[in-house]
Amino acid sequence: MPLLELDGVQARYGPIQALHGVSLTVDEGEVVALLGANGAGKTTTLRAVSGTVATSGRIAFAGRALNGAGPESVARRGIAHVPEGRGILGELTVRENLRLGAYVRRGRREVERDLERVTEHFPWLRDRRDQDAATLSGGEQQMLALARALVSRPRLLMLDEPSLGLAPLVVQELFRIVGELNREEGLSVLVVEQNANIALQSSSRAYVLEVGRVAVEGESTELRAHEGVRRSYLGY
Amino acid sequence: MSVGFAVRAGAFVLAVGAIALLPRFISDFRALQLGTVAIFFIALLGLNILTGHAGQISLGHGAFMGIGGYTTAVLTSDFGGLSWEMNDLATVPIAGLVAGVVGFLFGFPALRLAGVYLALATFALAVALPSLARSQKLAGITGGSEGIILPRLPPTGDWLYYVCWSFALPMFVLAWLIVRGRLGRAFRAVRESEIAAVSSGISLPLYKTVAFGISAFYAGVAGALLAIPTTAIFPDTYPVALSIILLTGVVVGGLGSLAGMAIGALFIQFIQTDGPQWLQAVLDRVGVDINETAPGVPSVLYGLLLLAVLLTARSGVAGLLARGVSVLTNRIYHRPIKRQATPSRREA
Amino acid sequence: MDGQLFAQQVVSGLANGAVYASLALALVLIYRTTHVVNFAQGEMAMFTTFVAWSLNNRMSYWPAFVLTLAFAFVFGAAIERVVIRPVEQASHLTVIMVTIALFVTVNGFVLWVWTPDLRDFPTPFTGEPVVVAGVFFARHEIGIIALTVATVVVLWAFFRFTKLGLAMRAAAIRPEAARLLGVRVGWMLALGWGFAAVLGAIAGMMTAPLRLLDPNMMQPVLIYAFAAAVLGGIASPAGAVIGGFTIGVGINLLATYVDFVTPELELPVAFAVLIGILLFRPAGIFGRVAARRV
Repeated sequence: MPLLELDGVQARYGPIQALHGVSLTVDEGEVVALLGANGAGKTTTLRAVSGTVATSGRIAFAGRALNGAGPESVARRGIAHVPEGRGILGELTVRENLRLGAYVRRGRREVERDLERVTEHFPWLRDRRDQDAATLSGGEQQMLALARALVSRPRLLMLDEPSLGLAPLVVQELFRIVGELNREEGLSVLVVEQNANIALQSSSRAYVLEVGRVAVEGESTELRAHEGVRRSYLGY
Repeated sequence: MSVGFAVRAGAFVLAVGAIALLPRFISDFRALQLGTVAIFFIALLGLNILTGHAGQISLGHGAFMGIGGYTTAVLTSDFGGLSWEMNDLATVPIAGLVAGVVGFLFGFPALRLAGVYLALATFALAVALPSLARSQKLAGITGGSEGIILPRLPPTGDWLYYVCWSFALPMFVLAWLIVRGRLGRAFRAVRESEIAAVSSGISLPLYKTVAFGISAFYAGVAGALLAIPTTAIFPDTYPVALSIILLTGVVVGGLGSLAGMAIGALFIQFIQTDGPQWLQAVLDRVGVDINETAPGVPSVLYGLLLLAVLLTARSGVAGLLARGVSVLTNRIYHRPIKRQATPSRREA
Repeated sequence: MDGQLFAQQVVSGLANGAVYASLALALVLIYRTTHVVNFAQGEMAMFTTFVAWSLNNRMSYWPAFVLTLAFAFVFGAAIERVVIRPVEQASHLTVIMVTIALFVTVNGFVLWVWTPDLRDFPTPFTGEPVVVAGVFFARHEIGIIALTVATVVVLWAFFRFTKLGLAMRAAAIRPEAARLLGVRVGWMLALGWGFAAVLGAIAGMMTAPLRLLDPNMMQPVLIYAFAAAVLGGIASPAGAVIGGFTIGVGINLLATYVDFVTPELELPVAFAVLIGILLFRPAGIFGRVAARRV
């Protein structure tokens, strides 16, 4: 049984239909990439899962239907969604942002331990935890968003365009950490990316969306060799 | 001349005829009440030009009415050093002008205030003005808390009715001309988007202050007419509650609709005087006694009805009627109903 | 200058200011959580004070005080859920009208149920005046100041150190982001209104012994609180508290030392201060300049 399953999911913003029946799966312990041009419906697919857009069709998480659950409930079910623009609360400190990541969890001592543990991946966070998050650079904010998502101990992590606006080295670092978490802790990840190159390198499987439908799907290594995908998204 | 215009003009002539003949069929007491309705009608017309058309909120129109009322009182009474003892009806236009000038001047600070801050400033005006009238420093003009005695003995209902409607009807026509004309278009441009209005070459500051001025002029006339039959006015003749009830009337009548203000004015008057009995009559059937003569019952009715309108029908009673008519005509012509989008408050 | 008079006037100004600060803090709390300027804040405070009056007839002061706060909390939260929630996305004008409708309804309801009679309201701070360096200070005034400072500290600690407080702040700053983290934003907003109503209830119960309890009691206080909130920058809690004390002391000293300012002129002076700040320093003394969105 897949961890996340979308079957014929449609979504609309007012009169505009953004998804015309998207079907995809993410298995436990898998990193799956979601590619496509601007407006193809990548972000909307994530929003459909986290309940921030109205949908029809079937969405199931760990075997139970998610449809109609609000974002608050989806977060409580173990899906951490790092949205476009990262969703960092700039007026709060780094530490407060991290604590909010643990909002859905109980058990004070365990949370404190996780707050410590997560800083192993992001050592610089420790020194800057009392700063306002707004003072961090774009790359640091993206790292903070990732760290905050991890503190919630998600079963599925959804990242929306984590590379957007970041320097190549920072992007490399970010995906290195995601890969590390996947290997060491078995974290399942669904990542939306414009940067198809790095996304295909870091994932095991991938889907390519075109105007609200899945156009191509397959193993990431195969897709890198796929002529259409290469020409349209990889640029060689 | 469009068909719509002919229909409206016809309806207006009919309404004037009905208003002229109505006192023959009703008691003097009812005529007195309907005369007061004309006063609220005038105030609501002005407030609606400001709020419904120019989109500027005022929680302080009772204060402008107060300025009009005090102007009339000062000019007609033999009180203090200023004993002009003018004819009270002759002072009504002056009262309007004085309030209008104050409103126009108040428009200048209001220029720099938008939305919530303007609401705050006007509300504070409504709360502060009665205290100012009560102040000993101004007692030479306002009579302090003792107020000012007016010379006219309480008039008959018919007298008040005809006087007030004689002011109200021309002022309705004037409001209609303003709203339909260049000024009205400019006001609506101000409301729709203050930024767009600037870029379309409309002088925003001028039109905002002009809207305040016109609106306060209407309030001043209404305040003067309210003072005349009362024989004496006090700081509390124009309380904060008056400002709030005026807003209630505008919303219930329908923001932007001038004819709807007649409904708003009837609402203000009869919720106050008859509302509690009506409520009790309804509740009698379920055997509930609300002690309908208790003070406060009209306020509860105002508040709850205003809430009901705000939560269900933003366009007020006039809007409901218009929607009813358009639903009917759409049934006939099979046209989709046009809906106005409500601007979102949280753009961020 | 008479030092003794000055000290007394400063302290009683601080006592008035404490009440303004509480109500201003309530306004700021609601403004920050739901972006609403609540014109009914004063009337809600007055209503809960009448509830306290009725409870006081049945029990002693402090149990009545605590029960009143609990009632105020539920009342405030219920108001948010029932009448504010439906207009969450509506225009400023609509939301202001809704709070005005609340103003009228609550005021009318109290008149109806309790009648417009003036009533005495007890103060828990009784006894001989406190004497410091030969100057006498009324117990009630000292009590109000202490209670307000304690409330502010408790509230500050709640928002600063508790998980719920943090979630409320997040819900106010970026509701969409907070939602994705599992924060039930709707409830946080209702809690904000609940806490504001509690602050209002404290302000009401502290005002009533000074002015006699009547249904219009809180209207002038609301104007001072508005002036205080605006002085502090409408979204700054610390600013609202400092603003409240500043307005309280300032007005008291004006009334004491400037012959022109008689008691009737205190409100017009507050009005002038309010307009002055709005015009010349719209961000307040402590607030940040917000981008003007028209």
